[in-house]
Amino acid sequence: MANRIEVTMQAGQPDPAGEAVRLKLHEDLHVTVEAVRAIHVYTIHADLTEAELEAVRTELFTDPIIQTSAINRSLAQNFDFVVEVGFRPGVTDNVGRSALEGVEDIVGRDLGDDAAVFKSVQYVIQGISKADCQRITKRALGNELIEQWSIKSTLEMAALNHAPLLEVPLVTDVSDPTVQEIDLEIDDTALVALSRDMMLALELHEMRAIQAHYRDAATVAMRKEAGLPSTPTDIELEILAQTWSEHCKHKIFAADVEYTDAEGKTRRIDGLFKNYVKATTDIVGEKVDWLISVFHDNAGIVRFSDDYHFALKAETHNSPSALDPYGGAMTGIVGVNRDILGAGQGCRCIFNTDVFCFASPDYEGEIPERLLHPRRVLRGVHRGVVDGGNESGIPTINGAIVFHERFLGKPLVFVGTGGLIPVKVNGVPSEEKSAKPGDRIIMTGGRIGKDGIHGATFSSEELHEGSPATAVQIGDPITQKKMADFLMEARDLGLYTCITDNGAGGLSSSIGEMAEKPGGAVIHLDKCPLKYAGLAPWEIFLSEAQERMTLAVHPDQVQAFLDLAARREVDATDIGEFNDSGRLDTYYNGALIGALTMEFLHDGVPKMCLPAKLEAIELTAPTLEAKSDLGDDLKAVLSALNVASKESFVRMYDHEVQGASVLKPFQGEHADGPGNAGVVRPDPNSKKGIAVACGITPKYADLDAYHMMACAIDEAVRNLVAIGAKMGTIAGLDNFCWPDPVLSGKTPDGAHKMAQLVRCCEALKETCVAYDIPLISGKDSMKNDYKIGDTKISIPPTVLFTASAILDDATQVVSMDVKQPGDVVYVLGETKNELGGSEYLALSGQLGDTVPQVDPVRARARYETLHQAIAKGLVASCHDCSDGGLGAALAESAFAGGFGMTLDLAPLKLDNDLVALFSESQSRFVATVPPEHVDAFEVLMKETGCYRLGEVTEEKQLMVTGAAGANIDMPLSELKAAWQEPLNY
Amino acid sequence: MSVKALILTGFGINCDRETALAFEMAGAETDRVHLNDLAEDPARMAAYQILAIPGGFSFGDDVASGRILANRIRHRLGAPLQEFVTAGKLAIGICNGFQVMVKMGLLPLFDGDFTQEVTLTHNNAGRFDNRWVNLNVDGATSCIWLKGMETLEVPIRHGEGKFIARDEPTLEKLRSQGQVVLRYATARGAHAEGKFPENPNGSVDDIAGICDPTGRIFGLMPHPEAFLHHTNHPRWTREVLPKEGAGLQLFKNAVQFARENLT
Repeated sequence: MANRIEVTMQAGQPDPAGEAVRLKLHEDLHVTVEAVRAIHVYTIHADLTEAELEAVRTELFTDPIIQTSAINRSLAQNFDFVVEVGFRPGVTDNVGRSALEGVEDIVGRDLGDDAAVFKSVQYVIQGISKADCQRITKRALGNELIEQWSIKSTLEMAALNHAPLLEVPLVTDVSDPTVQEIDLEIDDTALVALSRDMMLALELHEMRAIQAHYRDAATVAMRKEAGLPSTPTDIELEILAQTWSEHCKHKIFAADVEYTDAEGKTRRIDGLFKNYVKATTDIVGEKVDWLISVFHDNAGIVRFSDDYHFALKAETHNSPSALDPYGGAMTGIVGVNRDILGAGQGCRCIFNTDVFCFASPDYEGEIPERLLHPRRVLRGVHRGVVDGGNESGIPTINGAIVFHERFLGKPLVFVGTGGLIPVKVNGVPSEEKSAKPGDRIIMTGGRIGKDGIHGATFSSEELHEGSPATAVQIGDPITQKKMADFLMEARDLGLYTCITDNGAGGLSSSIGEMAEKPGGAVIHLDKCPLKYAGLAPWEIFLSEAQERMTLAVHPDQVQAFLDLAARREVDATDIGEFNDSGRLDTYYNGALIGALTMEFLHDGVPKMCLPAKLEAIELTAPTLEAKSDLGDDLKAVLSALNVASKESFVRMYDHEVQGASVLKPFQGEHADGPGNAGVVRPDPNSKKGIAVACGITPKYADLDAYHMMACAIDEAVRNLVAIGAKMGTIAGLDNFCWPDPVLSGKTPDGAHKMAQLVRCCEALKETCVAYDIPLISGKDSMKNDYKIGDTKISIPPTVLFTASAILDDATQVVSMDVKQPGDVVYVLGETKNELGGSEYLALSGQLGDTVPQVDPVRARARYETLHQAIAKGLVASCHDCSDGGLGAALAESAFAGGFGMTLDLAPLKLDNDLVALFSESQSRFVATVPPEHVDAFEVLMKETGCYRLGEVTEEKQLMVTGAAGANIDMPLSELKAAWQEPLNY
Repeated sequence: MSVKALILTGFGINCDRETALAFEMAGAETDRVHLNDLAEDPARMAAYQILAIPGGFSFGDDVASGRILANRIRHRLGAPLQEFVTAGKLAIGICNGFQVMVKMGLLPLFDGDFTQEVTLTHNNAGRFDNRWVNLNVDGATSCIWLKGMETLEVPIRHGEGKFIARDEPTLEKLRSQGQVVLRYATARGAHAEGKFPENPNGSVDDIAGICDPTGRIFGLMPHPEAFLHHTNHPRWTREVLPKEGAGLQLFKNAVQFARENLT
């Protein structure tokens, strides 16, 4: 009963979809073909009459102005090969799901639960060989983890005689759902093997703790009374593994650490989170009065105004993005949106941020097994975040793309979201929520499939041969948008008492966490709505199928909640009840299949004790070539991937939806200069604004993890200060991404990586305390390694520091572009010989030895005076000085504003012009000041490091005279082109 | 009597809040109403003088931008909408709302019935784009939304904004009936002549917006509701601009017309 509708562009109409593929093949794979045309194939699995089929063809699938279409007939013409790519059974098919709604609208009836539409695409290619066709299909058109394909030649297509190329991707492998009992009375080797075979990602001591728990007399008695077997059931082990996973439990940050520092002194630290992260917020929390909710909710919440609170959260989605860049990244962005939607009583998302780390897109070496080429990862991740953010109607206002060779092993995908919530909702403080015994458990949003099973445990391991394809999900922004709109209505009507999102670990995680307050829960897994039959009960509970929230609803409100959901066409189902039994009980078809005490579930995981020992690193002083003309060097620095313009990627994000935009990602005369921080004014009735910026500096990690962290914090903070933010209003998020720091056979250098983590945490606390920045939320991802066979790639230790500031008056902010000839150019802050890790040294493949160091006390003094100068209106432009040093910052400010500069570096008092221009010393800015404000500006800034270098000129030329005889004399157009060219995709 | 604007929501529409804000700043009362609530009680439409279909990603742009929502509105609200139009009331579709309007045939509405005559499809560059554009208003326009306006600078944010007419006679008819009212232009006010980025999507004849023959129903790809305050403008930190964003004028024009003619 499946029918196929093929749609393509009318003859003579351009085909942008096909043309985009032709260009991509040329640019990415160096395969040049004559032409590619795209045919959109919709396979309709439903009972339709011929008339109905014709109606949906014309009214739904075909644009009468530009397209042509056919039913069960091939439209492919003039080709050497046709490649059709479609999803594998069970993979989220957003277009198919929407199309089914469209079909039902036209036929005017519900087509039933079995009806489906499947979307696939045919690429009709002219001028390609069979071998090339196979290669491009695997490397560019399809991803075998989630997609199937068929390649047909002209002759084969003729032989097919209009029959379909692909099977209808129905889920047919329907096994009977059963519950297994797992024997734990086995030896240590078998316990380890069991953990690996079941994808539990539990260590031996954890498996032993579970074994001991099941031997315990109280457990035995409880199980006997409940009628459960003495051995654990599969669902119990799976729940424990998920709850205890590194991803959910943060065991490394909770572990005792035996730390030996560089001097050989050893001390014990009882938990990095407690002693560094939480301690920071405890100390700073005494000094600031705007913290509302930190650490215990889905996001940190701070006060924005008398009327609203502001929530902020950032997440990573690295492992899924390595396997399926598009789906993985999209799931990441819509997932962190749900953290905001589930913060307090439910916040409205007001902006996204995103930061990606990749290996060079021009990488030419071998690609290890199971990994994808960095260019493909970059394109896929970017497109996933574009679609996820844009379709959700949330502006992407800040971000970065960072390149380092070791991100080949695992790309990092950081996604962040900010949200707003009224201070009180229905008269109750909006940050307060809790499920009560007797409240019903309601799941709302999407349905459950096998997608994302074992996501939490999968992310708690290195990427290996057995990493499961099912861990990959594809986000569905529209299902989520409908749910988010509905939940905002339900919130304001007071229809629920508690809300949280379903992310890693699915229902197991959300219900397990929500049940802590009331003290227990009962769940009926057979009540959960499924995408297709055949899921085992544990799979239903653990599935990370997206777009779902879990709520606690008072029994009196359940009907109203479900009615509103139905009116908004959002799935919502009553699946159980919170209670105070002290247990998490799972039922399937009326039978109890699992019972875990809340105590063992949440507190049973044994604490680890991890060794950390800092190894001395041998560093070599760089060799620098003396030159008199540094123009070409500046161009090369501007072309470095970490410096070069990302505009072609950023323009594809909607950064203005919701109408609150104040400072956009690109600024200046032609809106193409790189901004410092994103700024929005989210309440149209208030002048107050929110600025957000990020800092990320993995390139310093190999030099010293302490300074890497300090530099990342400083970068985020100075980006905020550059637009006018005030110290004391800044909140921070720390997102750690580390290579495995647990010493073991597979990680012989684990103790050093752990020591780097300790150093990093020390810097986090010391810098944030000096800057009065509370850490309001954060996350860690601790197993960012790739290991298959003898190939091991570990990422450089990386921390994304996201910082937000509340602005009293968003209309007073300053942009980065120079404004007018005659303005005086200053560098604020000291330039030191700190070329280590710089973009300049990286050009010649050197790391150097002198890592940039932050002096937070002096920097803070500067940040405070600069804030005053900006608030007084003395500053025309201000730009943060980071990757590429002063040279890059000066050039960017100048070409963004469309005016040149004539500068003399003598005031910096450096005897090396390379250091002056390309050292990446921290806490510096390039500022321009109108002549009439120069005196007032210098009075304010003179104590905190203020160097007058020259002035802005009408002539569009950057002229720099070095103190040691080198100079630059270069047209802005040339510098700008060098900066724009490399990543202009 | 006050002017009331109905702002449609649901299924991925996402510019409803700022569109409502624009009408409120222009002096109207607004209600954001979910399509399903309206379909359940279409008689509600009679209370409004203005209907807005805001921007967004209805149904994720799946199949084609605006297509599924267009069909849904036609099937569930076709008759009351026809009545609304016949009564001479005002309607605007912005971005995805414009795509919905042309795909359901609410624009260009040559003969008063809903037939698709033009389309909006993938940008020439084949990608979503967020950038500010310069627009020229047709000098002789009878479009009530654009009254007194000559130029406008607001952002586009779309992947499918390329305007194509069924054929040359259709295009000629649009022009001769004064329905082509908004065109992409250069910063100096010349026609973009199809050149990127001034014409950001490759639209035929630089067409950015059209109206029905009466000038009361109007659709455009750019977002006037994204420029209500001077700080929305990309160069507000380097140019002296009026505090009020230029996009607001469209909404003021409509509210004033409604107040004088429809209340």
